[in-house]
Amino acid sequence: MGETDREVELIRASVPDAVLEVQEQPQRGMFWLNISPSAIVDAATVLRDHPELDYKMLCDLFGIDHPARDRRFDVVYNVVSVTRNRRLFLRVRVGEGESVPTLSEVYPNANWCEREVFDLFGVPFANHPDPRRILMPDDWQGYPLRKDYPLIGRRPVILFNDVRDVM
Amino acid sequence: MSATETLTLNMGPQHPSTHGVLRLVLELDGETVTRTVAHIGYLHTGMEKTMENEMYQQAITITDRMDYLSAMNNNLAYCLAVEKLLDIEIPPRGQAIRVMMSELQRIASHLVWLGTHAMDIGAMSVFLYCFREREMILNMFEHVSGARLTPSYIRVGGVAMDLPAGFEETVANFLGIFPDRIAEYEALLTKNEIWLDRTIGVGLLPAEQAIAWGVTGPPLRAAGVPYDLRRVRPYCGYENYEFDIPLGNKGDVYDRYMVRMEELRQSVRILEQVLEKLPNGPANSDNPKVVLPPKERVFSEMEALIHHFILVTRGFPVPAGEAYSSIESPKGELGYYIVSDGSEKPYRVRVRPPSFHNLQALPAIADGGMIADVVAVIGSLDIVLGEIDR
Repeated sequence: MGETDREVELIRASVPDAVLEVQEQPQRGMFWLNISPSAIVDAATVLRDHPELDYKMLCDLFGIDHPARDRRFDVVYNVVSVTRNRRLFLRVRVGEGESVPTLSEVYPNANWCEREVFDLFGVPFANHPDPRRILMPDDWQGYPLRKDYPLIGRRPVILFNDVRDVM
Repeated sequence: MSATETLTLNMGPQHPSTHGVLRLVLELDGETVTRTVAHIGYLHTGMEKTMENEMYQQAITITDRMDYLSAMNNNLAYCLAVEKLLDIEIPPRGQAIRVMMSELQRIASHLVWLGTHAMDIGAMSVFLYCFREREMILNMFEHVSGARLTPSYIRVGGVAMDLPAGFEETVANFLGIFPDRIAEYEALLTKNEIWLDRTIGVGLLPAEQAIAWGVTGPPLRAAGVPYDLRRVRPYCGYENYEFDIPLGNKGDVYDRYMVRMEELRQSVRILEQVLEKLPNGPANSDNPKVVLPPKERVFSEMEALIHHFILVTRGFPVPAGEAYSSIESPKGELGYYIVSDGSEKPYRVRVRPPSFHNLQALPAIADGGMIADVVAVIGSLDIVLGEIDR
């Protein structure tokens, strides 16, 4: 049994419906698990806490937009086990307006990453402790990394906005 | 007795110690920091979006401008990810040149860190010494690529051109003098009592916390975690070179300083081995659909002229798929996740900037410390806002 199969088995033992699909390209070192949005927190907790999995680090979290698809957004979690020297990509698919539960309780650095995905793609994260924009100005309209957002933007940039909520 | 209350202090975005345009809002109780909130995005120019609208080879120039202190490493990480999608092998000479450039760039980046970090804490002269040596490396980059800060030298399929005549001697001369120069910087700082007072036991980031916050690079190794991608997932033939991974034990500002100082020496060691073993042969992959043909062939052969024309005007298609490739940049794990739809332009490029995650751990390090230490902690994290905001 391959390493990925064993990992999927361990996740399914605790969260039966979490893993929807497994994809591998071992020669490139790429392993993906598609996770159901509602199970992502439980699945990530198992990945982090199970001694045989030990994915203690969330290396990255980002979005991909496929507007032609039924559920257009991929939210990709790049988790790393430092001790096992292994990397896994978790993928959650959501449609327009559907939210993803926040991972910031499991991995503290998910906080800013999720803010960035919200800022640039408009994917809301449920129960996020600080759901503000992060890179764009706080009063920005639209989500620039969506494929249907024009490269030149939609309105002139107005700096010096009056935002008082700084903490 | 009057009531005590906390003070909210704005630091940046024009504060000199914030290394660019980082804005911190600090809540202070006397001189103790009770809460730190970082505001980023002042340098956001939508580089990931721009890359989606450029051909693969054009997007290399954008990677230069993310972490502008280690442009070569950015070029390399991006090219490795594209090459993974293309399944291209780089000949040994190309690999060795890439390692040489990465290590020179690591030294240059660490010199900027050391100079600015020491200046933040009040040691002005270190900065001048560091920039003296950094200038030598930037001159080398100008020699190989024509540009000092934004070389775009490492390309998909190899490098822009082979090393110019006399370049190896220039590097060898630099390696001859540089170890003494490291000793000069260390003479100014390593046993300097003011430096020790300002750095030892300050800004603690223990291993467990560093991993939880996704911190990589020298701040993680200063906490004692031997995680260096050059060793754990070697690329470009790093497994053929002997070098040590310096580690700290406490994870304070001083440990991060010592780790980076030792990394300077290890980079010199790697560079010496690269010069010694530098293989002959072509530097670039011989895939004519991806790599530009040499100019003399373009001027004499019809086929080469066509390849040149097609590559410059239309670019090269990359098979559909998703690939991630990461390298150990001077700041930590720098990764590119590229989604291709089979066309000549990337469908999506995601950069995993090490500084973004390292900076996010700042409140965990700085809260509860003194306000003066915030400056020391930011310096020791070695952030570049260009790659945080992109």
